[in-house]
Amino acid sequence: MTLRTLVWRELFERKSQMLTCFLAIFLGITTVVAIRNVTHYSEKAVALEMDNLGANVLVLPKSATLQDYYSADMNEETIPEEYVMRLTMSEIQGVDNLSPKLCVPVDLRGKQFALTGILPKSEFQAKAAWGGAGIFSRPIGCGVVDVAAEAEPDDKKIQVRKQVIKDLGSHEILIGPDVANSLGIKESDSLTLLGEEFSVVAVLPETGTIDDSRIFAHLHTVQRLSGKDAVVNCIEIIGCCKEIRAGLVDKVNKLLPDAKVVTVKQVVATQQNVNDMMGRLSVIFLVIIVVVGGAGIANYMYANVFERRREIGTLMALGAESGLVLRIFLAKALLLGLAGGIGGFVIGTTLAVTLGPRLAGVTVLPMPVLALWAVGISTGIALAASFFPARRAARLDPVATFQEI
Amino acid sequence: MLRMEAVSKSYQHRGQVVNALDEATVHVAKGDFVSVVGPSGSGKSTLLLMLGGMLSPTSGRVLLDDQSIYDLTSDGRARLRKENIGFVFQTFNLVPYLTALENVQVPLYLAGADEKRQNETATALLERVGLGERLDHKPTELSVGQQQRVALARMLANDPAVILADEPTGNLDPETADQVIRFFEEFNEEGRTIVMVTHDPRAAASAKKTLRLRDGKIVSAGKGEITSPRIGPSSLHVA
Repeated sequence: MTLRTLVWRELFERKSQMLTCFLAIFLGITTVVAIRNVTHYSEKAVALEMDNLGANVLVLPKSATLQDYYSADMNEETIPEEYVMRLTMSEIQGVDNLSPKLCVPVDLRGKQFALTGILPKSEFQAKAAWGGAGIFSRPIGCGVVDVAAEAEPDDKKIQVRKQVIKDLGSHEILIGPDVANSLGIKESDSLTLLGEEFSVVAVLPETGTIDDSRIFAHLHTVQRLSGKDAVVNCIEIIGCCKEIRAGLVDKVNKLLPDAKVVTVKQVVATQQNVNDMMGRLSVIFLVIIVVVGGAGIANYMYANVFERRREIGTLMALGAESGLVLRIFLAKALLLGLAGGIGGFVIGTTLAVTLGPRLAGVTVLPMPVLALWAVGISTGIALAASFFPARRAARLDPVATFQEI
Repeated sequence: MLRMEAVSKSYQHRGQVVNALDEATVHVAKGDFVSVVGPSGSGKSTLLLMLGGMLSPTSGRVLLDDQSIYDLTSDGRARLRKENIGFVFQTFNLVPYLTALENVQVPLYLAGADEKRQNETATALLERVGLGERLDHKPTELSVGQQQRVALARMLANDPAVILADEPTGNLDPETADQVIRFFEEFNEEGRTIVMVTHDPRAAASAKKTLRLRDGKIVSAGKGEITSPRIGPSSLHVA
């Protein structure tokens, strides 16, 4: 005879009650795990999509329009490059990456192309003050681009797409596919631009955007060759969706009052709305299992204590102390919570993996961390809901064992 | 061994005060076998519950080996029962989802015995009451007589010095009742002190002494063995 035997035998003595109580926990946990799992991968998919979309906040000269930027991002108006430093040194949260650009037209073999100066990441790191207090020392919360860990040795094409490039020499260029095709240029070829010779380090993949007819070079090289000071046409910012909604644009506007700050609001808002809805749904279900599941367990336990008062009284007459009676009921709640949590995790994960692609259009993989979460929630609810019934049992009068009293 | 000193128990029932026990003074000596008789509602079970530390008196003291039981906490009284007292109930009070063997193991588990000792002791006790072949039977699979014998084995598990029995033959046929009475005589011969509430004249007759209660008062002791002067309205020394 052990505590386990006492609890286990009693559980199976009242199978239908046990099953009802188990189902209350199990179904709740299953639903929440499934939603959490799908939401996680949906958020990841959205984050990836946002990442692929590129910048979602633009800092432009006051007179420029968003249309100008999308059509060619070339205009005479400029803003100081120093704005990049201001943004980097600021305490604004939610800025994952900055990409200042300066575009100048170049004529190559009779055709017009855009020579775009970009600032590689190494330039940020080279400035100790920026590295110490700037965005690269902040944790990045929205998962769009992990600047610190992103760069891979031969990944410059992807890096340019993500507005991040780790290194770019002063006489190195990256060219769009339109440029490469029309000029018949391949990687490692040389090209003369504004009187200086550059080596082509990569031909970028086709995107169907203005980027296809761009030539990317180091920002400072473009500034020098075009005879401009430390200025840029625009600063592209990849901002966290949540931060943008929380007023990132206003904060940047306040920091740079002489510039125009715009965001691709529609895209950010739509994607974020989906995530928010899933998040809210998950919270609603969590509240439901806490309230309904908890109330169900408490009700079951109270009924159980009432039904077993004679048995509890007998145990007390035989010498059981109140602590043992409390443990008997809490151990039962723990078992139900564990079973509901583990079962809920397994079935919830299975549902998420099988139905997730159909419902949310994303690939869903099991998340082991949800097992801990599910078991923690279910045992927590079961124990909390059972505490008062268990305490009532522990305080029962052993006189209940006698019929005459 | 067991003493009640001017013990009263009253409670309110529909606005009226009911005296379940009135100034009862009782002394049960070690090794005695006392039957408690009287009509229903006379306070027999109240007296038994108080002796077992399960019902606190309104006034007076109950002592076991000079320890005032109700000066202990409820857990302290539970420990005292575990170590000194064995209960037998009219309706056996077996745990329905445990087998005969497991039911007898319960007091041993409560006393902290390991599983091997629990198993050996419980098996030996069930064999003693003639249920060696019914170890794995649940209460519902046993006759009422067999259930009471399991309850007797359970009561003996922690080798109690005092046995408190509430109508142990009340639910049994005469033959089985005789069998149970013989067990009680045997337990008493082993030196255990027994207080048995009963309506059964044969069971009462098997005891060495008889206490008669009426309306919460001790009215007489059978076999003419009042050996101490009256202390209060209902005082009895059974020795």
